[in-house]
Amino acid sequence: MRLRGSVAVLPLVLPILAFSACAPVDDAPSSTANTSSGSGSAAPDDCAVDSLPLRTAGTLTVGTDSPAYDPWFRKNDPTNGQGYESAVAYAVAEQLGFSRDQVTWVKVPFNSSYKPGAKDFDFDINQISITPARAQVVDFSDGYYSASQAVVALKGSAGAEATSLADLKGLRLGAQTGTTSLTAIRDDIQPDTDPVVFEDTNAAKQALQNDQVDAILADLPTALYISAVEIPDSTLVGQFQVSSGDAEEFGMLFEKGSGLVSCVNQALATLQDDGTLDQLQQKWLYDAADVPELQ
Amino acid sequence: MSGPSAPPSAGAAWTPSPREVERREQRRRLRLRSILIATIALVVVFVGLGLLVVTSPGWDRVRVSFFNGFHAKASLPDIARAFWINVKMFLIAEPLILVAGLAIALARGARSPWLVPLRVFAVAYTDVIRGVPTILLILLLGFGMPGLRLQGVPNSAFFWATTALVISYSAYVAEVFRSGIESIHPSQLASAEALGLSRGQTMRFVVVPQAVRRVVPPLLNDFVSLQKDTALASTLGVFEAVFVARDYTNYNFNYTPYVVVAAFFVALTIPLARFTDWLGRRYAERERAGAR
Repeated sequence: MRLRGSVAVLPLVLPILAFSACAPVDDAPSSTANTSSGSGSAAPDDCAVDSLPLRTAGTLTVGTDSPAYDPWFRKNDPTNGQGYESAVAYAVAEQLGFSRDQVTWVKVPFNSSYKPGAKDFDFDINQISITPARAQVVDFSDGYYSASQAVVALKGSAGAEATSLADLKGLRLGAQTGTTSLTAIRDDIQPDTDPVVFEDTNAAKQALQNDQVDAILADLPTALYISAVEIPDSTLVGQFQVSSGDAEEFGMLFEKGSGLVSCVNQALATLQDDGTLDQLQQKWLYDAADVPELQ
Repeated sequence: MSGPSAPPSAGAAWTPSPREVERREQRRRLRLRSILIATIALVVVFVGLGLLVVTSPGWDRVRVSFFNGFHAKASLPDIARAFWINVKMFLIAEPLILVAGLAIALARGARSPWLVPLRVFAVAYTDVIRGVPTILLILLLGFGMPGLRLQGVPNSAFFWATTALVISYSAYVAEVFRSGIESIHPSQLASAEALGLSRGQTMRFVVVPQAVRRVVPPLLNDFVSLQKDTALASTLGVFEAVFVARDYTNYNFNYTPYVVVAAFFVALTIPLARFTDWLGRRYAERERAGAR
């Protein structure tokens, strides 16, 4: 059996075909003012809407996960300006000079928000904690919220009796995957049994009600909302700050090297200084004063 | 070779004729040529594909986020430990699936009018269960059953994930067994009847043994698939290997653990695939009773 010559060269041609089919496209963001430092400040005129490096000219594209959880968003709808993160996003947009209808939201699952390459959002706002390891892969804005960890348990259960972190050691604890809450269990509490890891907050709530865990950990506002609204017979056991390093902060997530970071940071600084962020926290999140500290 | 004690040979020792020598030479040349072509084709294709990947503009970013030595080392011990959960789940589920699948297949083949309810149940079971995505079964059982708070119903996620896999896969495996049973030639049944075997005995001694042997390759195919579906247990919070990798990835924003965990699954699947091929060959040889 001799192959016809034309067939025989086929394997040799394939890679060449592949080369031409996948003509490489470089997708560097078309940034004008490309300051890749995470916390620079730009001259005011650099932050005019026309000169901002945007995904889509003239609109600010904001990403968040779906479902969008209370109290960060309301009714799973980020476009209504209700809930803390939705309100912050619109406040920042306003500072940058966008009207409300110039802001579009896209659904970005958390685990695709940090994938390499171009992003399909200008920034992602999704209760993402700023950590040094993450900051090597993406750019973060300055923090717009200082989070602390909180523990939720069913009323009358062993978890509800805890008055210190040591009391939690012997219990079955759970938290959402990839969160600082989970790291807090592993590093700060170091329970006797491995922590239970959940896909999302809903799975955690379900497991708590099914007696598959004694207590779940989440950031304070989420935990407050769970105990006050979502699971009536649960209680907020207490809150604590993680021991590692500085206070934990939530930041907006940008593509690495995005030219937008400095302008957003400027807007956040303004909102911080005029008290808007505090007001929004009061309005949408809570008054954290009456939550006991766990040592 | 004629030793000193060998009988005297008639004439000189045999030497291949010039034509035979030429033939051998020609064969050798052809062999060499095809080896050469195969090698060149292999090298060109794979080097070409490699270059395509490595020279793409995003390669640096992909290399850093998917092939990072530090993160591979950091995530490996946890992934290896968690992989044992996948293996355990698969080893527990497999025998249960085999038993349940065969039982359902036999129920579908039942002939007695008394057993009609059983047949209807078996048909409905295979139809409905095969129609429901496995991940939904896992979610429904894993979150629904513990929610009932029944006495004596375990609420471990591992238990319910394994149960869901058994339920889902036994429906597929039942169909595999049924096709095997129906592939047995009617002459076998007629012979069994002629020998005076009852229907039950016919099934037990004649049909099922042959049918099982015949469907071993597709059965093992289903089990390779089952191995991979153990990863679905993560939806209930079973902290198995893929979930460990995802958790690490979500926290550190680096995808290397995915590559690590894929290597684990491949390392488990390839030996099974080779074993399947070997077993299939062996059965085929036996069935042909020496005929080639």
